[in-house]
Amino acid sequence: MVKRLGKHIRLIVQLCWTALTNGYAMGFLKGGIYKGELKKICVPGLNCYSCPGALGACPIGSLQAVLGEQGKWFSFYIVGFLMLVGAFFGRFICGWLCPFGLVQDLLHKIPFPKKRKRLPGDRYLKYLRYLVLAVLVVILPLTVLDIVGQGSPWYCKYICPSGTLFAGIPLVLMNEGLQSSLGWLFNWKVGLLVVILLLSVWSYRPFCRYLCPLGAIYGLFNPIAFYRYEVDKDKCVSCGACTRACGFALRPDVEPNSTECIRCGDCIRACPTQALHRRGFGKERKVEREDGA
Amino acid sequence: MSRRARDITAALTAAAGAALLLLGLHMGEAEIVLRKAVNICLECIGLG
Ligand code: SF4
Ligand code: SF4
Ligand code: SF4
Repeated sequence: MVKRLGKHIRLIVQLCWTALTNGYAMGFLKGGIYKGELKKICVPGLNCYSCPGALGACPIGSLQAVLGEQGKWFSFYIVGFLMLVGAFFGRFICGWLCPFGLVQDLLHKIPFPKKRKRLPGDRYLKYLRYLVLAVLVVILPLTVLDIVGQGSPWYCKYICPSGTLFAGIPLVLMNEGLQSSLGWLFNWKVGLLVVILLLSVWSYRPFCRYLCPLGAIYGLFNPIAFYRYEVDKDKCVSCGACTRACGFALRPDVEPNSTECIRCGDCIRACPTQALHRRGFGKERKVEREDGA
Repeated sequence: MSRRARDITAALTAAAGAALLLLGLHMGEAEIVLRKAVNICLECIGLG
């Protein structure tokens, strides 16, 4: 029973967290959003603050909002928040506490012939998320200003599928006023969302792997975060079970703290010798070095 | 990198993060976030 629950525990946590942080039911009933003080606090995942149920703020939207503010060139509040969360959890947030990650996980459960772990061009595409982060989240909001010196949230405006799914579509469906203002931008964002959702059926979390700026940031903390993985070299028999279990086909036996790992835990469960484990607080065992030596 | 070195790096990162976060609060950045988050963001929903 405990073992069976263990297999589903991540899904249960993802569902509960998404419901809890998007629990403003009045927003869904009235077609509006929550406007209380809690909204100044960020949630860790890519959770749109314009989602009718959202009780907190999206860190990537907030970062662009502060950078786009007249006279601001840096956000101490959001960068501090990301460093704090990253230092403790790294991409555990992606695996367990992000609503858009949950959506992709659910879609990937749909049966489809010839599923792929990675998309064609993965070797280059996997760096796209850093470009998105640098250009659309930081550089353009900071440098392209309107006549009053205000920058735009370029990533929210042209890319973010989480905003389209959790905010755009429900708000537009519930507000006739908004429906009359739809144009090419909305069509572009819905089109992009549809492509990403369809790709998620075929390949595992394509948005997280290739496009998400928040995942790109948290990934940088994976090697040092308090929540990290270790390999006991004395136990590892190099059977490859971890890589076969991994949705991204990573090599946690060689690089347990890859910037791409979302800490789903599937590899730990698949390891037949219990060589892979979460960082313990006891005496250090003989562990694999990051360089594989 | 040993486990101890990683832990120290994580602790320093967390401490620096907490300090920056508090500085940002002091500078009123949370109010900017609140202002943006309590109004429907037209860019997020594809109308901006
Ligand atoms: S559109 Fe995306 S990045 Fe922007 S606030 Fe919404 S979820 Fe965050
Ligand atoms: S990569 Fe982005 S969308 Fe994916 S789980 Fe992480 S924060 Fe969410
Ligand atoms: S390496 Fe393990 S924890 Fe990381 S994504 Fe792959 S299966 Fe999940």
